[in-house]
Amino acid sequence: MAENIEEKVMKIVAEQFEVPLDKVALNSLFMDDLKADSLSVVELVLAIEEAFGLEIPDEDAEKIKTVGDVVNYVKARAK
Amino acid sequence: MTGASRGIGRAIAIALGAEGACVVVNYQSNHGKAAETVEAITSAGGEAKALQFDVSDGAAVEAAMKQIMTEMGAIHILVNNAGVAVNTLTLGAKDADFKRALDVNLGGTFHCTRAALRSLMRASGGGRVINVTSIVGEIGVAGQGPYAAAKAGVIGLTKSWAREYASRGLTVNAVSPGVIDTDMTASEMSETRKAELVKTIPIGRIGTSDDVAHAVVFLSGPKSGYITGQVVRVNGGLFM
Repeated sequence: MAENIEEKVMKIVAEQFEVPLDKVALNSLFMDDLKADSLSVVELVLAIEEAFGLEIPDEDAEKIKTVGDVVNYVKARAK
Repeated sequence: MTGASRGIGRAIAIALGAEGACVVVNYQSNHGKAAETVEAITSAGGEAKALQFDVSDGAAVEAAMKQIMTEMGAIHILVNNAGVAVNTLTLGAKDADFKRALDVNLGGTFHCTRAALRSLMRASGGGRVINVTSIVGEIGVAGQGPYAAAKAGVIGLTKSWAREYASRGLTVNAVSPGVIDTDMTASEMSETRKAELVKTIPIGRIGTSDDVAHAVVFLSGPKSGYITGQVVRVNGGLFM
C-alpha cells in the first residue's frame, strides 16, 4: 500500500511536469529540478487532490518542496 | 460560449461556429432559443450543442465544465458573455438587485473561467478567454450602478488573468460593446431614446451583435496571440 502511493505520486509528477518517469526522484525539488513555477505547483496539488480524494489546505501545500514531501504528505493523510 | 441563446452571445456562437469551432451553446432558461442557435450553426455546416447551466452557480459550472471536458476532450476558447441588465437607481435599491447584477455578470465570468482554466492552460497554440464587458462599466450610466460595477469588475479580472496565465500562452481580453441592437437594449430603451443616442455616436448608427462578434472572432483566433489584457471597444466611437 505504501509503495503504491509512491509510484502513483511519481507518475502524476512525471505527467504534470512532462518529464520521463526515470527523471523523477524522491528528492527532486519542484522549483529547481523540475522547473516548476507557482502555477504548475498549484496544478500538481490539484492533481494530487483528485487522485487521492483529498483536500489540501494552502498552509500544507506551501510546505511541499520535493516529490518526497508529496509522498510523505499523502501517506500521512491516508492513515 | 455562455449566454448564447440570444443577442450578442448568439451572434458570437454563430460566428465562431462558422470559423470551425465546435461550440457549446450555454443558456440559463431559454431552451428554445438555444436550440435555434445550435440549428443556425449546424445548418451552416458547423458543430454545436446546447448545454443548460446557471453561470451564477459555482457548483453547477464546475459540473458543466467537467461534462464538456468529458464529451469534447478540451476547452480552447471561453467566451464569458452571459449577462443580465439590472436597472435600479441606488436610492431605494434592493440587496437582491445588487446581488443579481454581481452574481451573474461578474460571478459567472469568475466561475466559468476558474473551471475551464486547467484545460485552457494546456490548449496547444494558446488558449483564449474573451470576457464581454460593456461601455456601461467604463463610463457609468445613471440607473445602472450595480450593472456598471459588475461590468467594470470584469475588466479587473481580465487584466489580472492576462498576467496570471500569459506564461501558458493563454490570452485574456475583454470586448466592450457600446449600444447594440438586442433584446436587452430593446427592453431598456425607447425608440426615441435610441434616436437621440445615435446623434452622439460618431459612426452614426446603433451597433449590431455581428459587430461585436467579429471582434471576438479575431481575439479567439491564432493571429491575436500578442494581444492580451486589452479592452477592445466596439461602440462606433461613442467612447474612446
